[in-house]
Amino acid sequence: MSWITKTFSSSIGRKIIMAVTGLFLCSFLVVHLVGNLQLFKADNGVAFNAYSEFMGHNPLIRTLEIVLVLGFGFHIYEGLALAAKNRAARGNQGYVVDHIEQNSSWHSRSMALLGSIVLFFLIVHLYNFFGSLRFTDVPRDANGNEDAYALVLAAFKNPFYVVLYVIGQVALLYHLLHGFSSAFQTLGLTHRKYTPAIKFIGYGFSIIVCAAFAAMPIYFFFFK
Amino acid sequence: MAGSNPNAKPMNLTLKVWRQKNRNAQGSIVDYQVKDISPDMSFLEMLDVLNEDLLRQGEEPVAFDHDCREGICGSCNLFINGRAHGPEPGTTTCQLHMRKFNDGDTITIEPWRANAFPVNKDLSVDRSAFDRIIQAGGYISVNTGGTPDANEIPIPKEIADRAFEAATCIACGACVASCKNASAMLFVSAKVSQLALLPQGHVERKSRVENMVAQMDKEGFGACTNIGSCAAECPVGISLENIAILNREFLAAKATSNNLA
Amino acid sequence: MFPDSKIPEGPLAEKWDKHKFNVKLVNPANKRKYDIIVVGTGLAGASAAASLAELGYNVKAFTYHDSPRRAHSIAAQGGINAAKNYQNDGDSVYRLFYDTIKGGDYRAREANVYRLAQVSVNIIDQCVAQGVPFAREYGGLLANRSFGGAQVSRTFYARGQTGQQLLLGAYSALSRQVAYGKVKLYTRTEMLDVVIVDGQARGIITRNLITGEIEQHAAHAVVLATGGYGNVFYLSTNAKYSNATAAWRAHKKGAYFANPCFTQIHPTCIPVSGDYQSKLTLMSESLRNDGRVWVPASKETAERLRKGEIRVSDIREEDRDYFLERKYPAFGNLVPRDVASRNAKMMCDEGRGVGSSGLAVFLDFADTIKRNGADWVSQKYGNLFDMYAKITGENPYEQPMRIYPAVHYTMGGLWVDYNLQTTVPGLYATGECNFSDHGANRLGASALMQGLADGYFVIPYTIGDYLAQTPPKPVTTEHPAFKQAEAEVRARVQQLMSINGTRTPDDFHKALGHIMWEYCGMARTAEGLQHAKAEIQKLRREFWSDLKLAGTEAEMNQALEKAGRVADFLELGELMVDDAYNRNESCGGHFREEYQTPEGEALRDDENFTYVAAWEYTGDNRASVLHKEDLHFENVKLTQRSYK
Repeated sequence: MSWITKTFSSSIGRKIIMAVTGLFLCSFLVVHLVGNLQLFKADNGVAFNAYSEFMGHNPLIRTLEIVLVLGFGFHIYEGLALAAKNRAARGNQGYVVDHIEQNSSWHSRSMALLGSIVLFFLIVHLYNFFGSLRFTDVPRDANGNEDAYALVLAAFKNPFYVVLYVIGQVALLYHLLHGFSSAFQTLGLTHRKYTPAIKFIGYGFSIIVCAAFAAMPIYFFFFK
Repeated sequence: MAGSNPNAKPMNLTLKVWRQKNRNAQGSIVDYQVKDISPDMSFLEMLDVLNEDLLRQGEEPVAFDHDCREGICGSCNLFINGRAHGPEPGTTTCQLHMRKFNDGDTITIEPWRANAFPVNKDLSVDRSAFDRIIQAGGYISVNTGGTPDANEIPIPKEIADRAFEAATCIACGACVASCKNASAMLFVSAKVSQLALLPQGHVERKSRVENMVAQMDKEGFGACTNIGSCAAECPVGISLENIAILNREFLAAKATSNNLA
Repeated sequence: MFPDSKIPEGPLAEKWDKHKFNVKLVNPANKRKYDIIVVGTGLAGASAAASLAELGYNVKAFTYHDSPRRAHSIAAQGGINAAKNYQNDGDSVYRLFYDTIKGGDYRAREANVYRLAQVSVNIIDQCVAQGVPFAREYGGLLANRSFGGAQVSRTFYARGQTGQQLLLGAYSALSRQVAYGKVKLYTRTEMLDVVIVDGQARGIITRNLITGEIEQHAAHAVVLATGGYGNVFYLSTNAKYSNATAAWRAHKKGAYFANPCFTQIHPTCIPVSGDYQSKLTLMSESLRNDGRVWVPASKETAERLRKGEIRVSDIREEDRDYFLERKYPAFGNLVPRDVASRNAKMMCDEGRGVGSSGLAVFLDFADTIKRNGADWVSQKYGNLFDMYAKITGENPYEQPMRIYPAVHYTMGGLWVDYNLQTTVPGLYATGECNFSDHGANRLGASALMQGLADGYFVIPYTIGDYLAQTPPKPVTTEHPAFKQAEAEVRARVQQLMSINGTRTPDDFHKALGHIMWEYCGMARTAEGLQHAKAEIQKLRREFWSDLKLAGTEAEMNQALEKAGRVADFLELGELMVDDAYNRNESCGGHFREEYQTPEGEALRDDENFTYVAAWEYTGDNRASVLHKEDLHFENVKLTQRSYK
């Protein structure tokens, strides 16, 4: 093995991959959210469709999409690999009585579970929108853009999807509540002056992003 | 007798103790009753009472590790009622006192659980993995003699104090035992950051962290997921900040060392 | 004839340097042809094993712990002395030498003590280079404190965990040599005998504490660094596993045992709280810098307090007796350990002790808290106060601590010459397990100094002198002496397992402890010692006929381990009593009630007892033979210690 593969197959190396990809995915969340906020614009989707058309066909975005897929891929793969390794490290004989809840938070211990829920959500989400837009012929709006807005409207009138999306965002919220500041810890970016700020920003980020995303299906279901 | 609370009544307790003949045997929980336990006893003294009873009855006493009984040697290592070293924070098993329990309580006592810590017998586990990690690089390579005067290198008090804090680790293994990933990162990080903080440690800074982490992985400990159970259960208060320092040291070493292996 | 102590000729200050030049050297290429066994991995053992391996010897290091880092050196709190004179307050090698000789009540060898003071400065350099995080001043230089009543600040420390930090330093050096393959480490392995081939130590017999296997190990020389024997008293501040077996086995194979009655009783320990008590906890004697020691002035008040009829706060200032301040106005609460301990016992004997057992005196911080505030006290003593609260359940900020003396350290041990070699050629003893440097009383912060001096800076030179005269041929376990020693060890283990009586090892150990503490503790009398001797012999007979064990010897069996150690304590205890009976004087930690000044202070008899009592074992149930090594004081004048 070369030093690179050795580095990234070590326990800390794997964690570094998790942290870097995690933070990258956080940046994706911001971009995705900013774009999607146009759903709330009272223009029946004109701006949103234009944005969607841009995202779907701009060559730079399409290139970044590959990076994004790799980011997701590594994050998911390493996450599952770490979970398996860590379970094995514990051994077969567990504690008969274990009060781990007294020394740590539930969500910090449940990153694999929360991540899996988010992954399930993600697959459905891709099927709902990305799949339709990319692989099927979608009707176009007055400006000649693919009418993504109509897809959103249709999906979010379905109570099943609304509930699923809200659950997905709750899982993401808890995933981020631990993951955001945890990534900084893993990268060694701690300092007694700045770490409290990172934690605060992490909490704010998680709550705002997830609340905003969750607001979309709810808004469409009840108000459109 | 002379304890804080002369009126405290002796207690009767039910103990659920992990018994296991040897490393390869199957173990199980066995129930015992202990009577007239003084609240001023330490937890290990309570186990002494049980063992004396067992021995008098011709039964094998419960094997457990202990030595100094003043919280510094790091030998004692019991998982008590679902917590490493029991319910009292910042306390080793030997310094846990029975006044923290109540008459009639049932107490479950188990050994540390981790693949890298196989059970020797009953509650005694093999922690030699820790020694091997230190052997991989937890030292400064100076031979005896020929060292410069101790005051040759001034070290800022704040740095010296932080290095000391990290150096107080007693290697009891509570961090591994309480971590759901059986990760030894807190233990490893305490040594790495002690030596990374001190100027004397800078010479071997890169190889040290690379080798110690490699050995840690080889021993089969899990990876840290920043849950924080380790620091919460650490009897001497080793801080999570050390793990961040370890990560930083590792990343910097891997990125800049000349070691291609 | 008494063996040569090999003290070099010449002026005191030049002896060590001259000796280093005169000892024979082993050719560097030959060093790898020699094997050395080091038993024990505390300060003395780990430092010796690492240093010898660095020189090129092949070392086998043994510990009964699961890791070398658990040795009881780790529990030392206060600090380590060194004559660095960093504080510009008049310290020097000579002053450290002088203080140590005087503190030891003139019962230590001048040459050894001077060497100890000389190498003390190197120890600090060595430890700092290893990364030991000593306390520092804001300017970045090392901090010192005055300790144990010393007039200069020469004690280096790492908060209240100096022993831990020094041991981890030595452990790291040892670990490095293990990684290099120069030290082979045997953990959870207990030495049960030493093997003598043609009059020379050539190996040891061990028991693997996990599998029960009995094994033979051969080497060109054996170094014992196995600590002290304070656990003869059952209750002491020693760790539970601390024992005398290695030293005692060596003694039975021909090594003389020196000054066994010299034991140190530390005044500031947390008192016994019940019969179940398994060990005692020391609190640093630095507490006496700011705490005031007192008992109620009258027996009646003390009794009412013990019964809980009144509270401490009900006792008026004039009804309190600050007995150390009263009796020793010059030193007050800071009198040496032996004086403070004995006075606490006297108060309790008078019926003025406190706590429900009546075996405690108060250590009161009320005045200091009033003067400087609780925060100040917490800054300085926080960890000790927390420890006290944890163990007793009492808040020492609100009510005075209760303290009582406890056995802490043994100055006696295997007799060694200037080279640290015992009377058995090839068998060395370092650290607390030898007798060499502390005389009849050890000064605070000197135990760590001696352990590391022996291991880092003395044995690496002196062992070479012996090895250079030993052919570099491989030693093996072929010799019949190994088989025989192993057979004896096996027979003894089986004998212990087969008694099948009714009493547990701990039961016998407690009984022995009671005898020792009562008759051979803080105050001794000829009559009491004779009584104790008979009692110990009786107890020993009972032990070998009524011991109860369970399980088998071919597995981890902690009761069996304990039984073997108690069996040896039962023999060593008798020798301690013999030695105390023989020494018709009071000195340092040895106080014979018959020999005291009118004021109740220790009265030495320099004319008749300025010697090291070295005892030779002559066989089971036969009287040991006393050999005297006369002590010569050419540089210091013997004076009566006075702390008035």
